[in-house]
Amino acid sequence: MHSGRRRRRALTEKRESPWSHRSFPEAAKELLADSQIRRNVRHATNVIQAKRNRVVAELEDWEQLREAGAAIRAHALEYLDNYLVQFEENCTRAGGHVHWARDAAEANGIILDLLRRHAAKEVIKIKTMTSEEIGLNRNLEAHGIHPHETDLAELIIQLGHDKPSHFVVPALHKNRQQVREIFQREMNLPDLGEKPEDLASAARAYLREKYLRIKVAISGANFLVAENGAVCIVESEGNGRMCLTLPDVLISLVGIEKVIPRHRDLEVFLQTLPRSATGERMNPYNSIWSGVHAGDGPKEFHVVLLDNGRSPILADSEARQTLQCIRCGACLNACPVYHQTGGHAYESVYPGPIGAILTPQLHQMQEGRTLPYASSLCGACYEVCPVKINIPEVLIHLRSKVVQKDQKTIAGRLGLWNMGMQAAAFLLADADRFSMAQHLGQIGQKVVVSQNGFIERLPLMLSGWTQTRDLRPLPAQSFRDWWAEREKAKKNYASHETIKRNDTKELGDAGKH
Amino acid sequence: MPESIDARTAILSSIRTALGASSRPDTATIDASYSALSRRYKREGALQSEALLGLFTHRLIEYDAGVTRIARGQIAVEVARILTERKRMRIGIPGGLPSAWLPAGFDFQNAEHYSEHQLDELDGVLTGCTVACAETGSIVLQTGAAQGQRILTLVPDYHLCVVLAEQVVETVPECFARLGSTATLPTTIFSGPSATADIEMTRIKGVHGPRFLDVLLAM
Ligand code: SF4
Repeated sequence: MHSGRRRRRALTEKRESPWSHRSFPEAAKELLADSQIRRNVRHATNVIQAKRNRVVAELEDWEQLREAGAAIRAHALEYLDNYLVQFEENCTRAGGHVHWARDAAEANGIILDLLRRHAAKEVIKIKTMTSEEIGLNRNLEAHGIHPHETDLAELIIQLGHDKPSHFVVPALHKNRQQVREIFQREMNLPDLGEKPEDLASAARAYLREKYLRIKVAISGANFLVAENGAVCIVESEGNGRMCLTLPDVLISLVGIEKVIPRHRDLEVFLQTLPRSATGERMNPYNSIWSGVHAGDGPKEFHVVLLDNGRSPILADSEARQTLQCIRCGACLNACPVYHQTGGHAYESVYPGPIGAILTPQLHQMQEGRTLPYASSLCGACYEVCPVKINIPEVLIHLRSKVVQKDQKTIAGRLGLWNMGMQAAAFLLADADRFSMAQHLGQIGQKVVVSQNGFIERLPLMLSGWTQTRDLRPLPAQSFRDWWAEREKAKKNYASHETIKRNDTKELGDAGKH
Repeated sequence: MPESIDARTAILSSIRTALGASSRPDTATIDASYSALSRRYKREGALQSEALLGLFTHRLIEYDAGVTRIARGQIAVEVARILTERKRMRIGIPGGLPSAWLPAGFDFQNAEHYSEHQLDELDGVLTGCTVACAETGSIVLQTGAAQGQRILTLVPDYHLCVVLAEQVVETVPECFARLGSTATLPTTIFSGPSATADIEMTRIKGVHGPRFLDVLLAM
């Protein structure tokens, strides 16, 4: 475990940006070797999934809620320009300020500018994926402003100089002993116990002083309501409420896709989001407010609307649904690949199945290109998604986009991956060719099948497949051969049956077959 | 900020280009499309009052809140009993709280304009609410009479909340229907005491919000 820790720390130090450009298979290989992380991830995802399944089963109208959620989000995206302008108007009318940022640099610039105007040296923060996306903390620190994460998990990540691995429970890869070590070291509490209660109390004491002292807060948002300019944030601990109400100035950084048309739409998402995200019937705290309110909360409120690669996704009618996501994390918990590797292997701010489709699109398919392959297409993510994003469908669609891109360059065309895919396409496109290949395979595989009847090791470029699993050999009879034989047998049986029907005594028996 | 205006134009036009329409639909078209959205989920609950209050009570207990069912005329008596039991004497109250709820013998302070530091000195806070949702065990507070500003129910470590029976609805949609006219007021929907499950998915009570919650359900 020690060497694992040293290696992880070395990794974090090596990278300037915490999200490097390694491929999924490279990163996953290293993480699969870390059994501690895998145990922690598996435990956490199993617990959330069991809770989620229990509270979802309770609602007889779950499917209708999913449908409504998907319909509302799709509608909002279809008229996104309209709803953003509406939100801007209403938020401004309520006393808020709306800023627009095309990319990470612009968003960082706007926020830095606001902080300088208030001569802020420190800020308190509520967990936000968008701030991770634009590298806000690093940028603030580079300009001498210290951000304090206030969500317990984010605090663990920040003090441990680590990266989030899940967007609902970012520190699920850390167990209590690891958290204690971090707090002991960073909060200077040598006698701290390791019960979760002790650790939470330590965080409460550590942060309370900051809430009472620091006058500027930065948050994300779960939803923006177009019709009245309201912002909604769901959370558990109350750190969100502290940040939203105590400071004089509040800045919310929000992706442009987060807008929903009307206030009553929250009645759908405030049912599906908590049940999907944490398996609670409702989050301990939901805050909804618009603009500023005299005598209650911040005197100054800013919303920074971030595009950063989102708007071009709208052009792809098949992949557009990616932006419906409400970041519940259910697809992560349900995903067999995520179970095995945890979030860091995706080397992306957004991990798991949704990350596999969102990340490459945010980067116009220039980065995260191996992510659409980080899936077995089992469909579990689609089944749990509260806004019915058909992730497997989008994955396949994006894979074809990657291939199309590769087809345009010589290096891409000659790559092993592309050549393999071309060969597969050649075989699969024609029934006779496919069947011939199968027969050749049944003969050829005799060399690799072990005594136990499984294929444990494949040669050369196929070896990656068998490193983590044993493969069943091709059966002596292919499905197609079996089907053909069955059809033939059925015809014989049918004529036999006609003869039987004439004999009434036999009829009773036939029903049992 | 001139760059910001440029960014606004650029983002909106990028969205319009991506959506592939040279002229964008008018408000009537958008509203018609919105009204046609599928909404076949449950809106109204079916539970009668006894079962409804039973469900609400059950949910709160699951969250580890204290719940007592009391008669409307007994609020002050019950407030006195529970505060004595919890040994909480200095209690912040919002403006507009019915004076009939306040028993003698306690230090009730109108905390409407208290700073966070002053609130931090209190033993607890006593409020009413706007509406409550039985299915999820949630209580909704909005800035205003008998509920105060948001900070009042956030900084003190103890919250005693009086919920009137007619304020309890069954479903989340029913709850939002009641909030319709006051939607823009600062709103907090809370479900039990503050909690986290960030360490090994163990739910622990009380991180930053009030760690202790008692509800008096008045019939
Ligand atoms: S894709 Fe669906 S399941 Fe995954 S995080 Fe987004 S909303 Fe949740």
